[in-house]
Amino acid sequence: MENMVNIFLFGKKYSVPENLTIMTAMEYAGYQLVRGCGCRNGFCGACATIYRIKGDRELKACLACQTKVEDNMYIATLPFFPLVKQVYDVEKIPATEAVMMQLYPEIYACVGCNACTKSCTQGLNVMQYIAYAQRGDFEKCADLSFDCVMCGVCSSRCPAGISHPQVAMLARRINGKYLAPGCGHLEDRVKEIKNGDFNELIEALMQKPIDELKELYNTREIEK
Amino acid sequence: MYSENFKESLAAVEAARDKNIAYEPVRMTAKQKEDLLAAFHPDYKKEEFSELKIGANKGDKVPHELAEMLQAHSRITADAVDLESPDYDVDVLVIGGGGAGSSAAIEAHEAGANVMIVTKLRIGDANTMMAEGGIQAADKPNDSPAIHFVDAFGGGHFAAKRELLSKLVCDAPEAIQWLSNLGVEFDKDKDGNMITTHGGGTSRKRMHAAKDYSGAEIMRTLRDEVLNRQIPVVDFTAAIELILDENGKASGAVLMNMETKELYVAKAKTVIIATGGAGRMHYQGFPTSNHYGATADGLVLGYRVGAKLMYAETLQYHPTGAAFPEQIFGALVTEKVRSLGAKLVNKNGEVFMHPLETRDVTAASVIRECLERGNGIDTGNGLAVWLDTPMIEKIGGEGTIEARIPAMMRMFGQYGIDIRKEPILIYPTLHYQNGGLDITPDCMTTNVENLFVAGEAVGGIHGKNRLMGNSLLDIIVFGRSAGQSAAAKAKETTVGKLTLSHIEKFEKEIRDAKIETNAVSPKLLPDYTNRAKKYL
Repeated sequence: MENMVNIFLFGKKYSVPENLTIMTAMEYAGYQLVRGCGCRNGFCGACATIYRIKGDRELKACLACQTKVEDNMYIATLPFFPLVKQVYDVEKIPATEAVMMQLYPEIYACVGCNACTKSCTQGLNVMQYIAYAQRGDFEKCADLSFDCVMCGVCSSRCPAGISHPQVAMLARRINGKYLAPGCGHLEDRVKEIKNGDFNELIEALMQKPIDELKELYNTREIEK
Repeated sequence: MYSENFKESLAAVEAARDKNIAYEPVRMTAKQKEDLLAAFHPDYKKEEFSELKIGANKGDKVPHELAEMLQAHSRITADAVDLESPDYDVDVLVIGGGGAGSSAAIEAHEAGANVMIVTKLRIGDANTMMAEGGIQAADKPNDSPAIHFVDAFGGGHFAAKRELLSKLVCDAPEAIQWLSNLGVEFDKDKDGNMITTHGGGTSRKRMHAAKDYSGAEIMRTLRDEVLNRQIPVVDFTAAIELILDENGKASGAVLMNMETKELYVAKAKTVIIATGGAGRMHYQGFPTSNHYGATADGLVLGYRVGAKLMYAETLQYHPTGAAFPEQIFGALVTEKVRSLGAKLVNKNGEVFMHPLETRDVTAASVIRECLERGNGIDTGNGLAVWLDTPMIEKIGGEGTIEARIPAMMRMFGQYGIDIRKEPILIYPTLHYQNGGLDITPDCMTTNVENLFVAGEAVGGIHGKNRLMGNSLLDIIVFGRSAGQSAAAKAKETTVGKLTLSHIEKFEKEIRDAKIETNAVSPKLLPDYTNRAKKYL
């Protein structure tokens, strides 16, 4: 028999095997998940969850698919949080500090409590990337926030009402589109293809008998 | 943290590490690969397949689980909804909110169409989000679309539809440029050159990446763009049946609210199926690296209105699914781990193959090492082999893992395994549906007019096995193309009287073929309740 632990799903007690994640424990308990379950692998942020271990004062946040159950764990899932997502035209926005003031002025109301960082399910330094956004340092904001899965737990804890994941999303798009260095070999290749430079080669492959293609494949040179 | 049971084997791996780094394993010959696949690849296990008795692919073999869904009853009868008063009326209906569906919606919107996305979970809940390693494009001077073509055609066992594959490779650089212009942050050096690596079966280093969050970075950017364009996204709502018009053209879908079960009618001039893969069907009992909704819905929807499937019998088992700890059993360990230099090592510390053979060959080789040669490690939850991640730090220098594959470091770190210092245990996991609906290069199905398909639900682009990085590529190339084609086709389409008469027609086929089944489809979600831990 497996070792069992007691957990409390929305306050109700269930006994579940100790080696389960919160997500699989909910299923073990009989929940057919519709909300709060996406990739089941730590990438999509669908399963933000808040929990407290009985007797512990600290409220913790995690992804349900990435966290093992513990004995006396009180669990409340947060499958949706109303983040503010401002609409903008990426072709027209300025890559300057002004865009943050215009779209997400609440970031300047940050009180520095650091609750966002403490609650981040990915262990990111959220408050710091917001500080970079305030200064218009989009490259650093993009870099620090890169692993964000947009689960929204940070925003649920923020007294200033900041939608951190959306701020970071904007910073990353500005960085990727306007600030990162352009790519010469990519532009060249797109032009060459449009120019039809490879048409003959491709056409030859389209017509080639399978046996010749097999020979070509099996003897091709592989870059070290 | 590995328990005592692993200590002996771990010591052997560590002792042999320097020697193994220096060792250059020989790649297999064509004949060796053929024999290996025939003996050990799951696609070759005849008893795992059944013959379709009805539909456009009657006589073809597909996995049992898929056959059951393809030959199941509809969730509704034709009188369940009122087709005369649609709840939604659009030009282009996109079913699915992953990378292909989002790309399609953006391009249809760009073309001026009134487009709507319907998705059974949230936009972005898709395999795209979970793609880690990268996206291929032949944009380096020593590379060309023709070389990319040969790599992919050979890797797919010379079975790809050439007109689809040539489109894939020729449109690849533009796809990267399009994503870049949307703000996707590809890994670049300080001069802007793309940092590219090999994938299994590539002959040039053409794998572009965004750390090991490549798919997530692409998906969240596409999602942001869909929202910026204010394209309607009807989420937690599944398409459960396509609607045709009196002339047999695809003209919408019956939708079901996943929570309230309420039904809606969406009328459209053209329909795009972008429903993704099928990992949650757990073919042959394999665990999967796929997201929660990967249940082959699009194949079922299309098949029931008469669309043809291609290569539905071929699945991709990713060679490196996490085999330990059990909490992440089946989760994807990106091929990029091997691109960066980690080799596959058996329980005796021996490198048993070249780490960058194609996925089908690598998966079969891992299975052989465990099942036939007895060189697997018993994890308590099945057999596995080592993937020696510390090699990466030795080859690329300290810090390489944190900079290039942070998601992998985090995933194993959650369970006390520091992949910079300790190797990880892997075994193949169900990863990708090579086959799908048969389309022409404009993404329309070959036999149902105005029904378009993009992404993993398409069959034929890759042949019978797909190379790493060609799926993120195909969702963009064919997603965009489907959006453009469907928008153009919508302009010249007048929808006739809507009908669901295909449901009864299909029921008759079921009866005539004497298929006895209680199954209904599409499946929509797997049922894991009260079962615990078998699949994660």
